[in-house]
Amino acid sequence: MDERGCIIRITGPVVQAENMLGSRMFEIVKVGHEGLIGEIISLEKDIATIQVYEETSGLCPGESVQRTGISLSVELGPGLLGNIYDGIQRPLKEINLQTGDFISRGVSIPALNREKLWEFFPVEKTGMKVETGDVLGTVNESPGIIHYILVPPGVNGTLTWITDPGNYTVEDHIATIVTPGGERPVSMRQNWPVRIPRTFKEKLEPVEPLITGQRIIDMLFPITKGGTAAIPGPFGSGKTVVQHQLAKWVNADIIVFVGCGERGNEMADVLHEFPNLEDPRTGEPLMNRMVLIANTSNMPVAAREASVYTGMTIAEYYRDMGYDVALMADSTSRWAEAMREISGRLEEMPGEEGYPAYLGSRLADFYERAGRVRISGKTEKIGSISVIGAVSPPGGDFSEPVTQNTLRIVKVFWSLDADLAYKRHFPAINWLMSYSLYLGPAGAWWDRHVGPEWGSRMKRIMAILQKESELEEIVKLVGPDVLPEPDKLILVNAEVIRESLLMQYAFHPFDTYSNPEKQYRMVNMIFRYFDLATRAVKQGIPVERIRTMPLLSYLARMGRTPAEQDEQMFFDIERAMDEQFAALGV
Amino acid sequence: MSPQSREYTKVNKVFGPLIVVDGVENVAYGEVVEISLPFGENRLGQVLETQTSKAVVQVFGGTRDLDTKITSVRFTGEILKIALSADILGRIFDGLGNPVDGGGMIIPEKSPDIYGFSINPYAREYPRDSIETGISAIDGMNTLIRGQKLPIFSAAGLPHNILAAQITRQAKVLDQGEDFAVIFAAMGITHEEASFFIHDFQNTGALERAVIYLNLADDPAIERIITPRLALTAAEFLAFEKNMHVLVILTDMTNYCEALREIAAAREEVPGRRGYPGYMYTDLASIYERAGRIKGKEGSVTQIPILTMPDDDITHPVPDLTGYITEGQIVLTRDFHRKGIYPPIDVLPSLSRLMKGGIGTGRTREDHADVNNQLYASYAQGIKVKNLVAVVGEESLTDTDRNYLEFADRFEHEFVRQKTDEDRSFEQTLDLAWNLLSIFPESELKRIDREYIQKYHPVHRGGHHE
Repeated sequence: MDERGCIIRITGPVVQAENMLGSRMFEIVKVGHEGLIGEIISLEKDIATIQVYEETSGLCPGESVQRTGISLSVELGPGLLGNIYDGIQRPLKEINLQTGDFISRGVSIPALNREKLWEFFPVEKTGMKVETGDVLGTVNESPGIIHYILVPPGVNGTLTWITDPGNYTVEDHIATIVTPGGERPVSMRQNWPVRIPRTFKEKLEPVEPLITGQRIIDMLFPITKGGTAAIPGPFGSGKTVVQHQLAKWVNADIIVFVGCGERGNEMADVLHEFPNLEDPRTGEPLMNRMVLIANTSNMPVAAREASVYTGMTIAEYYRDMGYDVALMADSTSRWAEAMREISGRLEEMPGEEGYPAYLGSRLADFYERAGRVRISGKTEKIGSISVIGAVSPPGGDFSEPVTQNTLRIVKVFWSLDADLAYKRHFPAINWLMSYSLYLGPAGAWWDRHVGPEWGSRMKRIMAILQKESELEEIVKLVGPDVLPEPDKLILVNAEVIRESLLMQYAFHPFDTYSNPEKQYRMVNMIFRYFDLATRAVKQGIPVERIRTMPLLSYLARMGRTPAEQDEQMFFDIERAMDEQFAALGV
Repeated sequence: MSPQSREYTKVNKVFGPLIVVDGVENVAYGEVVEISLPFGENRLGQVLETQTSKAVVQVFGGTRDLDTKITSVRFTGEILKIALSADILGRIFDGLGNPVDGGGMIIPEKSPDIYGFSINPYAREYPRDSIETGISAIDGMNTLIRGQKLPIFSAAGLPHNILAAQITRQAKVLDQGEDFAVIFAAMGITHEEASFFIHDFQNTGALERAVIYLNLADDPAIERIITPRLALTAAEFLAFEKNMHVLVILTDMTNYCEALREIAAAREEVPGRRGYPGYMYTDLASIYERAGRIKGKEGSVTQIPILTMPDDDITHPVPDLTGYITEGQIVLTRDFHRKGIYPPIDVLPSLSRLMKGGIGTGRTREDHADVNNQLYASYAQGIKVKNLVAVVGEESLTDTDRNYLEFADRFEHEFVRQKTDEDRSFEQTLDLAWNLLSIFPESELKRIDREYIQKYHPVHRGGHHE
């Protein structure tokens, strides 16, 4: 590949070069003297249009463009976990060490450390037939996470040699597979083009909820392992906090967090906080099961466009090992805007609001890479990718193209609401607007694994909330005192649901996460209260007296006790409930 | 980039703020251009697009009097840089960085590129030092943190300048005695507004710690693209090379966005919302993201951009995109201003995203987060009751509702309202909050930990002597 192209035009991140005959769509090129990384996004005869992943100021027409012959790819292998990368998988920690606090240009550092030794344990034996996805061996990548070294996609044949247990770098030759196409040396590192989904055997139906420990989500709007969810909301409604909460607490094995065009300080927050947080299941630092992709809003826009694909490919790689992976993309609107910006510079015919006409299909392609699948390989194993995408609609208006195109694909919609956020009711998920299409499988799972009647109780809770909003309309017109007492009770009960269950303080050390058992007991407690309160109203006790019972403030604090005090807390509340209702004569 | 400068006379096209120069060679993207006008005047420009023999240049001084015959264009071979040294403190510059205070040119210790490079997210230190502004509606409700970017969303006719000046005067961090500096960048504001700030800095002695960049309303609009970047490059220099804590005030960002729109329109780019370019988010981010702290460095850059919401509309693209980038916003409301409440901070839509890390034990006070939460919940409920009363009257209210009504009223008049020279400590602000919250029975304070109620509720604090 020593033919070189020549730059003829530069406008922002888009560069055109001539003498590029023979280059391919989406091929990676090195632009200019500094070797800035770019990707070919259109071709016309010998002229290639290139989106450059780095700042282009100072670049001149006449400088050369060098082809690489490969598409934008990521490196996959041990060492991804706990790392932070930019949108095109350059290791930000290494860049920081080598080039200082500000990101300079033309930096070329491999994503996976070339020197680090990993202890490899072979699994397959020499002479065995192997196919794509078979486990050649294992590496303990981080405490609690075994990294399976797999036969790379598209490779099928006979294993003619595999190395002994021992320490190897990601580059070292560890096995040889003889395929119909010839001998194929294998190392612990694979490369995969980010825009192409990795292969699997079959897509399966979702069956199990992804437990988030966030009560409103687990109870009313669950997502499943392999499911897709969108969180749209105006600024300040708490999208990022919800994303961070999910990254911290979901019961997935691996978390890929893509900070796409968002704030630098938020990534600093993640880097500062996550290493100090324990995974509630393993006790290990959460950072050990996480891969961060950080392409902040001031980093080059083309790399932002690539960042979601980089994250998705890494997620697929761990899925292929049989893990449940959760991918958070914050925010997909910034990704869409990056597409719009590049499209605008290409002078493409714009679709709605200036977005390219292919916006919908790109979004669909991305979300379709989620799912619960039977993975490749001869052993039957299942892996999943759940995708949670934040959407940032301009002006909080959900009718805009990114939100609408996303809603056509995803199965769960957590609608964030500015009015709730203003009251500091967090998570500000609007219970009337949001929905989940996974209520069936999730409800069945809770009934079976946690406790009976879950599904039906959740329906009753939704019914109360729905009724509340109808009654509120009446109250707005004629005032609260004309309502019959049973209706007044519904308003109080809805308040109890909102304050005790739906509201959850993310920054409280204990309220931040409620495990399923605790959620179940909290719901039990609320239903016990409902029964007593209904009985009280039937006996003619005024609702205002129920409304001012100290009991209600105890219920509102249920989430805030540490696990070891839960038993005592529930006991105390139960007793207080009996006493306080008894005092009313119930 | 080509090192030497080259001069051309083939200006082929002049339109809006742009010119097209033909027959050029090796012009770099972003290169600085000096334009010599027929009558001897010189203006500065920058390359927006470059092709093998053609360059599109934006002219910062505007294109008035340019022609296609005599006007010559010199490509300097440089990208936009700013001369910096510690001597910039106390100086006043125009919107392009030339001194306008009669002092000499700055002898550069360093001349960095004004577009800068992004801070590596890994190198960022998460900001956690709270700044005491002495203003309850900020300190108590939306605490400002060193290294934060917290804009003021204002509107025409509201006292955002008075508020910004008060913040600048009163801002302090709990551990005193560190080096601070104020950088003030004016974009398209009036002489009167600018001199208000300069006088205020003078009167408080802050002027010698300040650097001022002025692009006023009658200066060329296109220069506004440069002004905030000069200010932030200077801020980064003072913060990360001179270990200072720098507060940057950028006003008015709405004028900046207008200038951006003007260039986009002249280039016939596909417009986004309300004619603003589709890349405005990215462009604004390249300004706002230049705030923060860096691991191992003493200094910090804190930004308070001010913008006026056209027609008081918070969903307008300028406040909207700003809110998506900045770490919260302080929203001013005409409603309070009419009622004579200063500062007219609309507490509910205001937000500080970095507050959580900067308050609490050892920082402000342990009960701060809970009290903040309770104030928000109670005030929002109070507003709801208020709206209800407007329709159905007070007769139908329960006692609880009446409490909320009283609370909302006192919150606005006693907590939010303060004098322009009133400087309340965190302690005073929180105690004031407790006084207001004591309107409610304790069972109503559901957001506050019982331990804190025992410790800080006025009833319990004086309780033993009854």
